[in-house]
Amino acid sequence: MKREDQLPDLAQRLSRQTAPHSIKERRILAVHLPEFAIERWQIWCARHASTLPEELPVALAVDTAHGPVVHATNRAAAIAGVRRHARIVDMRALCPELKVEYADTVGDEKLLENLTFWSRQWGPWSVADAPDGLFCDTSGVAHLHGGEDRLLRNVEERFSKIGFQTQLALAPTPGAAWALAHYGPVRSIATSANLMRMLAPLPVAALRLSPKTVTTLQRLGLKTIGALADVPRIALARRFRDHADPSDTPLHRLDLTLGRQADPLNAQADPIRFVTTENLTEPALDPAPYLPDLCQKLCVQLARSQHGVRRLRLSAYRTDGMVATSFLTTAQPSNNPEHLHSLLLGKLDHIDPGFGFDVLTLTAESTENLDIVQTRLDGNPDDGTELARLIDRLAARFGPNKLQRVALSGSHIPERAANWHPAPQRYASPLPSTQRRPIRIFAPPEEIRVLYAVPEGPPAKFIWRRVTHRVIRFAGPERVAPEWWHDRPGTRLRDYYHIETETGRRLWIYRNGLHGDGRGGEPSWFLHGVFA
Amino acid sequence: MEILLKSAPPPLKTKLDTLRTRSRRLETPTQSQPATLIEVFSSAPTDGAATGFTLASLGHITKPVLWIQDHLSRRECGQPYFQGLPYKDNDILYLEISRPKDALCAAEEGLRCHSLGAVITEIWGNPNVVDFTATKRLALRAEASRVPIWFLRHAAEADLSAARERWRLSSLPSHRHPYDMRAPGAEIWKAHLFRARWRPTGEWVASVEQGRLHLQYATEHNTHQLAINAL
Repeated sequence: MKREDQLPDLAQRLSRQTAPHSIKERRILAVHLPEFAIERWQIWCARHASTLPEELPVALAVDTAHGPVVHATNRAAAIAGVRRHARIVDMRALCPELKVEYADTVGDEKLLENLTFWSRQWGPWSVADAPDGLFCDTSGVAHLHGGEDRLLRNVEERFSKIGFQTQLALAPTPGAAWALAHYGPVRSIATSANLMRMLAPLPVAALRLSPKTVTTLQRLGLKTIGALADVPRIALARRFRDHADPSDTPLHRLDLTLGRQADPLNAQADPIRFVTTENLTEPALDPAPYLPDLCQKLCVQLARSQHGVRRLRLSAYRTDGMVATSFLTTAQPSNNPEHLHSLLLGKLDHIDPGFGFDVLTLTAESTENLDIVQTRLDGNPDDGTELARLIDRLAARFGPNKLQRVALSGSHIPERAANWHPAPQRYASPLPSTQRRPIRIFAPPEEIRVLYAVPEGPPAKFIWRRVTHRVIRFAGPERVAPEWWHDRPGTRLRDYYHIETETGRRLWIYRNGLHGDGRGGEPSWFLHGVFA
Repeated sequence: MEILLKSAPPPLKTKLDTLRTRSRRLETPTQSQPATLIEVFSSAPTDGAATGFTLASLGHITKPVLWIQDHLSRRECGQPYFQGLPYKDNDILYLEISRPKDALCAAEEGLRCHSLGAVITEIWGNPNVVDFTATKRLALRAEASRVPIWFLRHAAEADLSAARERWRLSSLPSHRHPYDMRAPGAEIWKAHLFRARWRPTGEWVASVEQGRLHLQYATEHNTHQLAINAL
């Protein structure tokens, strides 16, 4: 046995252990978007033409157990002293003209997912690092962009073109890249040779430890990564052996960052693209004969991966270089070629062929999992699918807004209680009212001219649509007060009467307001509905 | 040796039997007939009798109902109000259409779907597209897919049509309210069947009893020809 093997200091022996070969080949790009939430909100405002002036301090808030707390601030607010994770009430006291909006964290996550897939232009695997960063494995890519520095500049430029500030770093491990992106110099590039040297001056928070562990380390006097790395391993292991979360120990994190332990990126697979193309031998003017084949091929692809299409795009590439497109949406995911074919036939008017097109593509833009489920044993078609197909046909023919269903509403105002809303899915039915309600309703209610009023009850004679009606019987009044939280101040209450005229017609009329309620002149009468 | 089994021939129908089956058919509501195209004309566009009669004839339907209304009938007669429908667990698909031609197309699409409970189409007036051919096509489709279709015609003349039953509805003064002398009570309508394929025509007083349509012959007692002065 050699003398080195019998070294008394175990830690020394361990620290001379070289890193595995794999980190020499990996180049992980870490992107940090420091002002992600506020920039996304600013982009949204610009798109909706509701940009606020730059000098106005704006803060985005999230709800916590202690009330709304600042999630992100714009530059003006940061200068005014508004800090992240501070309570809104405190910040409002500090800065009275602060404008507070609620943060859309769900939308932020979605955008981050999209940006992760978008950043696959620089590397095959990318993974989002919630809430405002991402990693991309760019091993072997640098030469395509003319070097690593040019690659980083390219990334920064692309992100700034869509409106996001970035902090970038390139390193052999994700941990090191993250540390350099957040705490290191601008666009730092670390190789396995100078990794330790670049990481040494960074604070221990760059190891992605929890704040409690960071405080402990600071109290121990270990403020930088270099200081931490100088401590013998066995001492660190012994100090943090009873730590609640073993992945949060400084030793583990240091090993991950320096590449002594493997830290793979769990990247999501690329979403499957379902596209079929038909290349025509000579330009054609009518896409209809080619549709059955296209639908058939697409549905075969969909069925193979058990997906159903929700949104379909038919594109005709014209000989003059233009593209004519038509979109189609279905209520339920579908991979039935006949159904899609029949829906597409109705959409061909939107395609203007020009002088002819020679390429036709059918793309499934939005798909959902469609597991083949057998609900019946007798071979009859499933009721739910038939209804969904009918809804698709009607929506494709007349537009999705024309097919309406009753929407739930907790309102007692008749026209709001049960309203028709465009909806492919069935809403929960509105609560039945305790009073009798008419079978038909006029929107808006029609004014009637009173001929002979009586002090109590509905008018004895009135004119409606140039026909005089005499009221024989009535039931009421049913008072419907305005919803003060919705309606304008000055909205008058309504007293509804269920009346019957001499011809047998049963109508629903109301008086708008009371005599002397101070919200207008004499109350007028309206006809709102017709009873069976 | 083969034994031939012969069953006795059915007894001959007597005149009393024929009378009994015919009278039973008169009293049963339209529902028991095969699902087909039925036209209902309202005497006045602002009369809710036609709608009420249609819904009462359909009864309690658990399957979805497609309600198609064209632009003029929506403006003149109003939209159907869900809270006023007799059954609250209906699933109504309401389609807003502007032209009668589109309404017919939508009705045909609806009849192709077997999981619908009924199709109700409201048309204003006598547009050219609603002719004998169109109604014949709809009637055949309805019979093939067994989805009843009700055509509500407002402010329309009874032109040539292939509907299997054609009704004319108007409101009658309602029954007495059990607790309130001055209030309108249970509604009744005058239903005049002026063309029918499988039953004789007639005029009845229609009312809703225990959730089903009930047809009675008109008498003094139930039509309240006397004017009631409640005020």
